[in-house]
Amino acid sequence: MPYTADKPGHTPDPDDLRRRIPGWGADLDPADRPAFPREQPGIDTGAHWRVPEQQPHGAGRERSLEHERLTPVFGTAQPLHGLSGLIRRVAYAHYSEGQTPHWMLLILGDRVESAGAHVRSLFSRRPDDPVTQSGVFGERGRHPIASRFGRGRVDVKHAWLDPVLVVGPWVAAAVVVFRIARAAAVPASRR
Amino acid sequence: MKAMTYRGPYKIRVDRKPDPVIAHPNDAIVRVELASICGSDLHLYHGMMPDTRIGHTFGHEFIGRVEEVGSSVQNLKPGDRVMVPFNIYCGSCFFCARGLYSNCHNVNANATAIGGIYGYSHSTGGFDGGQAELVRVPFADVGPQVIPDDIASEDALLLTDAFSTGYFGSQLADIVEGDTVVVLGAGPVGLAAARSCWLMGAGRVIVVDHLDYRLEKARAFAFAETVHFGQVDDIVLTLKKMTDGLGADSVIDAVGAEADGHVVQHVTAAKLKLQGGSPIALNWAIDAVRKGGTISVMGAYGPLFSAVKVGDAMNKGLTIRANQAPVKRQWPRLLEHIRAGHIAPRELITHRFDLDDIAEGYHVFSSKLDGIVKPVITFGA
Repeated sequence: MPYTADKPGHTPDPDDLRRRIPGWGADLDPADRPAFPREQPGIDTGAHWRVPEQQPHGAGRERSLEHERLTPVFGTAQPLHGLSGLIRRVAYAHYSEGQTPHWMLLILGDRVESAGAHVRSLFSRRPDDPVTQSGVFGERGRHPIASRFGRGRVDVKHAWLDPVLVVGPWVAAAVVVFRIARAAAVPASRR
Repeated sequence: MKAMTYRGPYKIRVDRKPDPVIAHPNDAIVRVELASICGSDLHLYHGMMPDTRIGHTFGHEFIGRVEEVGSSVQNLKPGDRVMVPFNIYCGSCFFCARGLYSNCHNVNANATAIGGIYGYSHSTGGFDGGQAELVRVPFADVGPQVIPDDIASEDALLLTDAFSTGYFGSQLADIVEGDTVVVLGAGPVGLAAARSCWLMGAGRVIVVDHLDYRLEKARAFAFAETVHFGQVDDIVLTLKKMTDGLGADSVIDAVGAEADGHVVQHVTAAKLKLQGGSPIALNWAIDAVRKGGTISVMGAYGPLFSAVKVGDAMNKGLTIRANQAPVKRQWPRLLEHIRAGHIAPRELITHRFDLDDIAEGYHVFSSKLDGIVKPVITFGA
């Protein structure tokens, strides 16, 4: 097919589309599209303040280096604590959002907190249960085989990695604990 | 109160947590009646979003009844049934004053690159989310809206993110009459975007995924042509051939960080967390759109770098438009569309899980079992 100024292929018939598809073309005029234009100065937001009141008790709350002050409202969900808190505080205090170490440290903080939480839970009245918490019992009655196989799903190729990622850290931790315990209990000469 | 809590990658449980309290004069406390799991919650569940803390409660799609309001709240009162946009925003900063609610500068102390979102890690502000019996709703005079009596609860729920985001994504695609639009991803947002493209006057809508049941949904719900990318050798070439060699006028990425279709990219990003997100869908969008075309990015990605084909995008003269949806801006028009019978967002819902069974809900959704498209969380009888 030669390349010409015309759009190649079949041009759909608007009347047919209108008949077939509810609401076809209702927002054809950009003026009917709420995201047009992208910025709408003067939009009524419902705010009845020029500057929001400051939420109290923000002392010590971590914030991005790119904020000049603590935001008027902030989340109070899970305050920083322990070693993971220390790591995260370094990320916020020393690196702006444009720097890779900022995000890498936050991810490191996540993993350190996750490991610590699992260990602490073992000494609590409600230890972590990697089976029920993984939701794997949801497979019952929901066609686990038929949903996965014979349907051309491409994620089946790497799905085997998921249980390794879930159970792997527990196995690794068990090996480490076993080795430490053995080292403490059995003299090196008898190992 | 009972709440879903994060216990590390792939692990969640239901815990008893202290009830949320009014922490700012414009806060409200909302008792959640319905919530849902968003595809982007799976990025948190899989440990991909930095600063996701143990004990965090996810959930940015919820409706409920106002239980208590702060001293400066004027527009809501206890007892009101409200739909709450996933954005937390002040309504008065530089960005909010221009309608960019998802980019609010006054609510996310932890980052300036993104606004506030309920239950979406401390990278979006550290606010617990709505997969819980109660939730703190900041700036109650700005975000929530009373649910109109003639709007079904499940329609309202789907407007708090998924459908509004899809509708917004179709607007960012800059569609003119007769355009061909490719939507990558047949999850709830992709399906909503595909359906919305027709409202904008698209001439063809093509949905791409590898889950056959979702492609079937795309045909039934969104009247779309479909392509199973696992059943073609080269998805970009296939799309080029379907568009007579030109490429699509617009492509909407409704997949994001965990895109599949290239094992190395997927594993390095989604499993090993060495990239901010798997760029497969974005790269397919860049390659499949026509020169001078537009890419609308609705898929969520993490803040780290990803291996994106910037050179192709430059050489093809593409326009890439992206944002988290400023949800409340979409509502007046979407409510009109619902009332006119143009759309019924609740048709996306396929599964319901009680809060007590939410771990199973995440697993089924994450594993794409049982024909799941959109799971809703209920709160007892």
